[in-house]
Amino acid sequence: MRNLIDIADLSPAEIDDLIRLAGDMRAHPADYRESQRGRILATLFFEPSTRTRLSFESAMLSMGGGVLGFASADSSSTAKGESLQDTIRTVSCYCDLIAMRHPKEGAPIAASLKSEVPIINAGDGGHNHPTQTLTDLMTIHREKGTFSGLTVGLCGDLKFGRTVHSLVTAMSRYPGVRFVMISPQELRLPGYLIQQLAVQGIPYAEVERMEDVLPELDILYMTRVQRERFFNEADYVRLKDTYILTPEKMQLAGPNLRVMHPLPRVNEISPKVDADPRAVYFEQVRNGRYIRMALITRLLEEVQ
Amino acid sequence: MNIDSIHRGIVLDHIQAGRSMEIYQALNLGDLPCSVAIIRNVKSQAMGKKDIIKIDDDIDIDLDVLGYLDPGITVNIIVDGVIAEKKHLALPERLVNVVKCRNPRCITTVETQLDQVFRLVHPEERVYRCAYCDAEQRQRK
Repeated sequence: MRNLIDIADLSPAEIDDLIRLAGDMRAHPADYRESQRGRILATLFFEPSTRTRLSFESAMLSMGGGVLGFASADSSSTAKGESLQDTIRTVSCYCDLIAMRHPKEGAPIAASLKSEVPIINAGDGGHNHPTQTLTDLMTIHREKGTFSGLTVGLCGDLKFGRTVHSLVTAMSRYPGVRFVMISPQELRLPGYLIQQLAVQGIPYAEVERMEDVLPELDILYMTRVQRERFFNEADYVRLKDTYILTPEKMQLAGPNLRVMHPLPRVNEISPKVDADPRAVYFEQVRNGRYIRMALITRLLEEVQ
Repeated sequence: MNIDSIHRGIVLDHIQAGRSMEIYQALNLGDLPCSVAIIRNVKSQAMGKKDIIKIDDDIDIDLDVLGYLDPGITVNIIVDGVIAEKKHLALPERLVNVVKCRNPRCITTVETQLDQVFRLVHPEERVYRCAYCDAEQRQRK
């Protein structure tokens, strides 16, 4: 039985296959409308997340499957003190596949040890969020036609931003990719990832000002400085407005730049940028539904 | 200084000087009913000074704990008053319930029945990574 815990669980060939299938699902949704009839996806969200949960549910419903689950730990037996592993063992009797989000890092691995059905990690604390990365990869591929040779700028909270960590790991596997990390000192990419890039010989730069590097970027991946990742409110308040993308800054960028964001945004991208054709973050949201349809399809094929 | 030789038991040799108490505690040797001798600051040609622990019984030693704490230790198994076997340790590839993850965000902090599992990722630096959350821990040399 196969799980998706970390984006590194998928080979580049498997990612290519998912992107191709998702593209076909997006182009011909009617062909897949009944493809998961009779199957049930459980969405177990021990930590609230509207977008990710709804995208999973939309994906399953779009293929004729059913969904059940809960949207916060308060509305599950966790509130009564049940362990994660007992919850998983129970729910895996009711469904064919589990997508789970949990505030603790490594929770999906603990869940997979007891589950009778495949587990999809829908985010575990500040650790991994592989389906967001698949969404990001699909968007980059649709917008650029390739992963190779791209200069990818990552901006904002690179320390706690799990979407950034997974994207760096995934993009590192393609030739000619270069990274530009744009963040304050306090929110730089963790040392183990920098070390990983250095060992693999992948070029990267760490800068503090967005304006200096905008002209050279193919992709600008913006992130939110997340309140829930800080232990200290004062640090959050001091750093949350550090990087804001505005129409004025967009003038510095080239015509082929694409601006991405895992959403939700707070104020790091001005709403005035939304009308710019280079802003593709709502396109990402759309792709998220189709790539999850493709993932659910492939994982359920393996257990059939 | 004379310590009685043992007839059947275990001698932990080549312990870094000053670390014998740590080994004694980690292996719970204080719980044993048999004689246990800790000899500190013994002259050693190779190490200058070393510690030795003699255990006057043939007990099961957790070699993973020992290898993690100090892979330079030699474990001598004594039978009939002579060394029957000499075991040289190495840093274990996998540690189960030897160290606890210190990441406050790790699932092991709330799911206490989970085994604490670490994998060796950088042998030269003695760095282990939590199998759940990927947090790294470095064992001192």
